[in-house]
Amino acid sequence: MGYEAIVIGVSSGGLNALMKILPFLPENYPCPIVVVQHVSPRSDGYWIESMNRTCNLNVKEADEKEKIERGNIYMAPANYHLLVEKDKTFSLSTEARVNFARPSIDVLFGSAADAYGDGLIGLILTGSNSDGAIGLRKIKEEGGLTIVQDPETAESPSMPLYAISASSVDHILPLDEISGFLKGLV
Amino acid sequence: MAAKDSTEIEIDLLLEAIYQKYGYDFRQYSDAHIKRRIMNRMVLSGYNTVSEMQFQLLHNKSFANDLLHDLSITVTEMFRDPNFYRSVREKIVPILKTYPFIKIWHAGCSTGEEAYSMAILLTEEGLMERTTIYATDFNQRALDEAKQGIFSNNLIKEYTSNYQASGGRSAFSDYYTADDNMAIIGQNLKKNIVWANHNLVTDSVFAEVHMILCRNVLIYFKRELQNKVHRMFYESLINGGVLCLGSKEGMYFSELKDAYQDLDPRQKIFKKKY
Repeated sequence: MGYEAIVIGVSSGGLNALMKILPFLPENYPCPIVVVQHVSPRSDGYWIESMNRTCNLNVKEADEKEKIERGNIYMAPANYHLLVEKDKTFSLSTEARVNFARPSIDVLFGSAADAYGDGLIGLILTGSNSDGAIGLRKIKEEGGLTIVQDPETAESPSMPLYAISASSVDHILPLDEISGFLKGLV
Repeated sequence: MAAKDSTEIEIDLLLEAIYQKYGYDFRQYSDAHIKRRIMNRMVLSGYNTVSEMQFQLLHNKSFANDLLHDLSITVTEMFRDPNFYRSVREKIVPILKTYPFIKIWHAGCSTGEEAYSMAILLTEEGLMERTTIYATDFNQRALDEAKQGIFSNNLIKEYTSNYQASGGRSAFSDYYTADDNMAIIGQNLKKNIVWANHNLVTDSVFAEVHMILCRNVLIYFKRELQNKVHRMFYESLINGGVLCLGSKEGMYFSELKDAYQDLDPRQKIFKKKY
């Protein structure tokens, strides 16, 4: 299908969910992955280093103006919104919180949908708010593929439930099937 | 290269109109950011296309003011990134102490919270009496707000916690008077701050200064414009002067990165080489 990138949005219960997906992707996985995980504004990203040790792909914080390339899992920095430019580089923003969140999943997903169009896969995981629902709908509108974690398997089901009610998502999958599904897609 | 879609063309034309009519140049701002701000205003104002906003921009002064305000980011806080201010105390204050007079340029000060934070820090370090802070922004509405030094009471808890985490030596409440809704910054903190309208994109070198703070402004600029502003900063700083950027802003892409040495790479504090 020629997917070019995956964006993932996750909030409470996020680290556990990510650890059931990201370490299972192989080193040669052809899509870069960009993650918004809601964290405290003061977080220093300590968990990124431990994820990097666990994953086959390179896990790093996204830098402003950095070119988005395969082989990497990019994490949005704490207290900044992360946006994707049309030239497939990152922008950061300190504008107001969206859905009480900075970084906001909607902000990442909306800009990534503009940049990648139907080459984008969007994934919403566990979380106790509504962030990401509008962004996932936008990905769908631009022709991308949309996936939501089965709320039954989510530590906090709200975010998946909002995402499912905001648009007709392509796939609803239990947490432990998501990594296998992503591997099969590309 | 793929053809631009209609919205992108409309946004380009809108930015051109803003520049030609009002003199503010957003043409080298990052596209994703500009698009977000413009689409937000479009939804808020109930228009269906950016072209409809073009008419309003040219013929409706109050709409134009709102849009111009939207395009600048006015989100800020006192002692934003407490570890940065801790590093200012530990690594920059000893340098500043060697100067008989100190000039600090706070570029892109928005509504002034960080300029006041610096005034508090320098007061505690015994330096404010011999310091002038030139706090500049292109957004006059934000500057007017900054001059007043009034902020909402419900922010005090967060600001106090930032202040304490930054290594503050006093009680944060020493620096404002509060009523039920508002907190007002003390007059003595305002004394040596000069508020001035300055546009990093279209105006030139500001003054010969010992320290420049420009935090979370350059992230909105494309690389070429970042380089232009870096040249302006370099020309404005004295040798040995200090440049402070936002915590996620580096010198990676700057043509001038070799002209500085790291003072605190984690906090993005750089010292101009002699």
